[in-house]
Amino acid sequence: MKKRVVITGIGAITPVGIGKEKYWSSLKVGKSGIAKITKFDADEFPTKIAGEIKDFEPNDFIDRKESKRMDRFTQFAVAASKLAIDDSEIKLEKIDQYRFGVVLGSGIGGIETLEKEHQKLISKGPSRVSPFFIPMMISNIGSGQVSMTFGAKGPNTTVVTACASSTNAIGEAFKILQRGDADIIITGGTEASITPLSMAGFCSMKAMSIRNDQPDKASRPFDKDRDGFVMGEGAGILLLEEYEHAIKRGAMIYGEVVGYGMSADAYHITAPAPGGEGAARAMKNALNDANITPDHIDYINAHGTSTPYNDKFESMAIKTVFGDHSDKLAVSSTKSMTGHLLGAAGGIEAIACVMSIKDGFIPPTINYDTPDPECDLDYVPNVGRNKSVNFTLSNSLGFGGHNATIIIKKVD
Amino acid sequence: MVFEKVVEIIADQLGLDSAEGIKPSTSLMKELEADSLDAVEIMMALEDEFGIEIPDEEAEKFKNIGNIVAYIEENI
Repeated sequence: MKKRVVITGIGAITPVGIGKEKYWSSLKVGKSGIAKITKFDADEFPTKIAGEIKDFEPNDFIDRKESKRMDRFTQFAVAASKLAIDDSEIKLEKIDQYRFGVVLGSGIGGIETLEKEHQKLISKGPSRVSPFFIPMMISNIGSGQVSMTFGAKGPNTTVVTACASSTNAIGEAFKILQRGDADIIITGGTEASITPLSMAGFCSMKAMSIRNDQPDKASRPFDKDRDGFVMGEGAGILLLEEYEHAIKRGAMIYGEVVGYGMSADAYHITAPAPGGEGAARAMKNALNDANITPDHIDYINAHGTSTPYNDKFESMAIKTVFGDHSDKLAVSSTKSMTGHLLGAAGGIEAIACVMSIKDGFIPPTINYDTPDPECDLDYVPNVGRNKSVNFTLSNSLGFGGHNATIIIKKVD
Repeated sequence: MVFEKVVEIIADQLGLDSAEGIKPSTSLMKELEADSLDAVEIMMALEDEFGIEIPDEEAEKFKNIGNIVAYIEENI
């Protein structure tokens, strides 16, 4: 008998606000978090804009000594986990810590630390590279540090599937709970890749928007004039809990994870497979896992990166899977507001899905001005809408051809 | 002078709220709870500050802050 898995806590650190209230209220009103880069001088970069988190103070969440030993991506993970735990009102001293796990995703890990230490290697030699370099940089240290901070001694792992990382992480956490190997898992993703080297790499790929003169208009998923994604940073963390465990402690339940599907394009390192056939298979697998027909889905939080290829092929994939029901679906990309948080995108977007269920409101795709004949779904253009949401689906598609989909259901 | 600077660097590296109470007899590992990685980083910072080299075999002999200060004073 498979266990049921519910969401009982959420923590969001995003370019449009820290904490679920600020995050969700920004999404509802269509507020953009994109602006000129301030973390470093980006004058020589083709792309000079990003979704930075400007009001994050690590020591509000983490002991000073500990936070000094953490890359920014780990600070985000620990801080968002703390927000999720507080939100869930769980008493950590009362739970079985051996059945308390952590499964996080990160696309790039501690690249800021890597750049800093590499600079030391070049300018001062190998003897000046910090002993903390490796344990700050490795992508799994986020889930490691979260386990140390909260005493989570159960299942612990990290998923690295580029922009699909945190949807894969949530899916894997769901499966661990479903098969009864834990009671509670902190899951989601974290990313802090607004750094010179990372930005230069994405710029060279011509993957990012160069609409530098209009930062808040640059991320425009599904719009005909989209010209690439806009980098964001932050963390989106969910507390997943086995249903009976949540009921016993009287937890507030946001929704239930009911389906997880994944697939590989096996096609190209960065370009999606033609027609979005890989993404379509991930969605189908998730629907099969949830044991529901496509017409149950009310809202899709799309991967919707604002790149020419992604948005076209993802739209095609949705039409392949949903057929006639595509016309009745609300599909939005909240990346239009937050930018693309890479390995944390699925985390904050799962939270958007959860809040859409809880609030009966679908957040918009902003900057949708000119329809693209190749993207012809209802993208909830510019203005969000009140709508009861029973089933919501979230897609995340990553370089390497990784496709991941989760389905979240309302719990009455 | 050297003592004050050493204490300042150690407090900074360990993220201590205050350097108060650190004495020559204070042990880095026992009382200040530095781990082996902290110790390596502190030695690097001291080397940079005082322009000296502290070989690993010397660093291993340090029992307390006073030993570190004495080594630095002898070698600058």
